[in-house]
Amino acid sequence: MSAISGGLPAADTPIARKESVRTSLWALALRRLLQNKLAMAGGIVVALMFAICFIGPLFSPYTDNKIHMALMNKPPNWKHWLGTDALGRDVLTRVMQAGRISLTVGLASMVLSVFLGSLLGAIAGYYRGIADQIIMRIGDLLLTVPSLPLLFILGALLSEWKVPPEDRMYIVMLLLSFVNWPGIARMVRGEVLSLREREFMQAATVLGLSARRKLFRHLLPNLVPLLIVIASLNIGGAVLSESVLSFFGLGVMPPTPTWGNMIDAANNLIDFQQRPWLWIPPGFCIFATVIAVNLFGDGLRDVLDPKQKR
Amino acid sequence: MRDLLTIENLRTHFFAPEGTIKAVDGVSLRVREGETVCIVGESGCGKSITALSVMGLAAGSSGKVVGGRIEFDGRNLLELDKNELRTLRGHEIAMIFQEPMSSLNPVLPVGEQIMEPLIEHLKLGKKAARARAIELIAQVGIARPEQIANAYPHELSGGMLQRIMIAAAISCSPKLLIADEPTTALDVTIQAQILDMLRRFKAESNMSILLITHDLGVVAEMADYVVVMYAGKVVEEGEVTELFSHPKHPYTKGLLRSKPILNHRQDELYAIPGQVPNPLELTVSCYFHDRCGQCMDVCRSREPRLREAGERHRVACWLYEEAVAYV
Ligand SMILES: Nc1ncnc2c1ncn2[C@@H]1O[C@H](COP(=O)(O)OP(=O)(O)OP(=O)(O)O)[C@@H](O)[C@H]1O
Ligand SMILES: [Mg+2]
Repeated sequence: MSAISGGLPAADTPIARKESVRTSLWALALRRLLQNKLAMAGGIVVALMFAICFIGPLFSPYTDNKIHMALMNKPPNWKHWLGTDALGRDVLTRVMQAGRISLTVGLASMVLSVFLGSLLGAIAGYYRGIADQIIMRIGDLLLTVPSLPLLFILGALLSEWKVPPEDRMYIVMLLLSFVNWPGIARMVRGEVLSLREREFMQAATVLGLSARRKLFRHLLPNLVPLLIVIASLNIGGAVLSESVLSFFGLGVMPPTPTWGNMIDAANNLIDFQQRPWLWIPPGFCIFATVIAVNLFGDGLRDVLDPKQKR
Repeated sequence: MRDLLTIENLRTHFFAPEGTIKAVDGVSLRVREGETVCIVGESGCGKSITALSVMGLAAGSSGKVVGGRIEFDGRNLLELDKNELRTLRGHEIAMIFQEPMSSLNPVLPVGEQIMEPLIEHLKLGKKAARARAIELIAQVGIARPEQIANAYPHELSGGMLQRIMIAAAISCSPKLLIADEPTTALDVTIQAQILDMLRRFKAESNMSILLITHDLGVVAEMADYVVVMYAGKVVEEGEVTELFSHPKHPYTKGLLRSKPILNHRQDELYAIPGQVPNPLELTVSCYFHDRCGQCMDVCRSREPRLREAGERHRVACWLYEEAVAYV
C-alpha cells in the first residue's frame, strides 16, 4: 500500500561536504592514523617483525637445527650473523623461528581472548540480569587473582601432567586467553551498556527491528573500534606473558624455541657475561614487539575510541 | 471518523529512590483516523512518557505503566506480548524523535537504515528494499537520493537527517505517526518544510499524527485537536480553533499569552510566573494552583476533574465548576 506518493519539490539542502571528501568513518580514522607518526612507526616495526620471522627462515641455510659440537658458542661472524648457541645452532635462525611461535601464540591467544571476552561481555551487557551476574562474577573472581601468579600455578600444573612439549604451545594459548578474557569482557560490557541506551538503539526498537538485527547490525558495528583497540593492545601483553612463562620453564618447552625460553637457556652467569649474543637478540625482539604493538594500539585508540579523545 | 488510538486513564510512574514520580497520571486522549492531535505543555509534563507508553517503551528499569488502557485499532497495546508489539512498531505505529543526529546509527549508511523496517516488516528482499528506500528518500524531498542513500549520518545536515528519519518512519505506511518534538532541533525554514511534508503525507495516506511540541506555532500550523498537559495530567483539550479562540484553563491562557505574535510586539514577553512543581512533592490539589492568578481555596485542596466545557472541549479547572453542585 503505497498511498504516500509524489513528494516535495526537492528542497535541495546541499550535502554537508564536498563529494571528493565523502568518506566513511573508517576512511577518516585511517587518514588520522596515517598522520600519527609514533603509531605508524609502531605499526611498521610490528609488520617487519612478522615479516622477518615468518619469511626470514626460508632464506636461512640452518633451519634443520642440527647439533654441531664444533660450532658451539661462536660469537657473531659472517656465517652466523648472531653467533651460535651451546649446541652449535644458528642464533639468528632460532630467533626467527622462536618469533614464529611467540607471535603466533600472542596472536592466537589475542584472537581467542578477544572473542571470548567480547562475546561474554556483550551478552552480559545486552541481556543483563542473571547472565550478567554469572559472567561478571566469574570474571571478577579471575580478576582478583593477579594474572602472573595464576599463570604460574596453571603452568606448574601443566608440567605436573606431563603435557607433551609439542602441545604446550596450544595449551599456553588457552591459558593466556583464560586469564585475559575477564578484563576484555568488562570493557566490552561497559561499552555495550552505554551503547544500548543510545538514542539510535531506541530508534531501532521503535522501527520494530528484531533483537538479533539490533544486536548484530546496530550494536556490534559500534563496538568494532573498541575491539580493534583492545585486540592490538592485547597482543603485546600476550607476547610478554608467553615469554615470562617460557622463561620460567612453564610455557613452551625446548626444543621448540620461543623468545622466552631462549633467554632462559642463557640464564646463567657465564652466558650472561660472556655470550650476550645468546640473550640480547630474543630480549630485543620481545622489547621491540611489545613497545611497537603498544604504540600502535595507543594510536588506534586515539583515532577510534571516542571516549579517550583529548 | 473512526477512533484509531484511545488512551484511557493512563498512568505511568517511575519509582526513584526519593519517591514515586507520577510522570503520567490519568491521561486520556483519542486520536481518530487521519487526524492530527497535538500534545502541548512545558518541559517535564509527561509528553514524551505518554508517547513512549504507547510504543511500549516507558516500562524500563524504574518505569512502569501502573494503570489504564491503550487501545490501538481494536487491540489493547498493554496486553500484547513482546513479539506482537515489535511487529506493530515501525509497521503500524511509527515514531520520530527530537534529535535526528543521535537517532541514526553513526556507522550505517542512512539508506540501509531506511531499508531495515522494509525488510523486517514487509519482507522485501534487499534489492527491492533498496529501491524503495531510494524512492522514499526522494519523497521526503532530498535531491540525488541514490548518493544520499550511501551517505553516513555525519555527512548530512540535521534537516536532512530528520527527513531520513521520517522516510524510515513512513516506509511501511503506518497508521499512526508519533512525532516527539520533531522540529525543535531544526531552524525555522527547515522546520516549516518538515511540517509541510508531514501534512502532505498525512493527507495523502490518511495517516494519523500524534505530535508532541511545546511550540504553539507548530500547534496552530498542524493540529486538528489539542491536548494541554500539565504535571502528568490533561488540563484542557479541544479542537484547535476552539481552544485558541476560547481557552478556558488559566494555564492554556498563559501559554497562549506567552506566544509572541507578529506585529504585536510587547514591551516584555509574557511568561507564566513560577515553575513546574517538583513531581515528588505533589499533593492533592490543582497542580497549577501556585502559579495561577485565579487560585481559589478549593484549588489547593481538591483536584479538579476534566469536564465538558463546550463542543469537543474539556477543561479541568475549578473556575468552571459552578454548574456542578459546588463542593
Ligand atoms: N527514566 C526516568 N526515571 C525517572 N523519572 C523520569 C524518567 N523519565 C522521565 N522521568 C520524569 O517524567 C517526567 C516527564 O518526563 P517527559 O520526558 O515525559 O517530559 P516531556 O513533557 O517530554 O518534557 P520535554 O518537553 O522536556 O521533552 C519528568 O518529570 C521526568 O523527571
Ligand atoms: Mg520530551
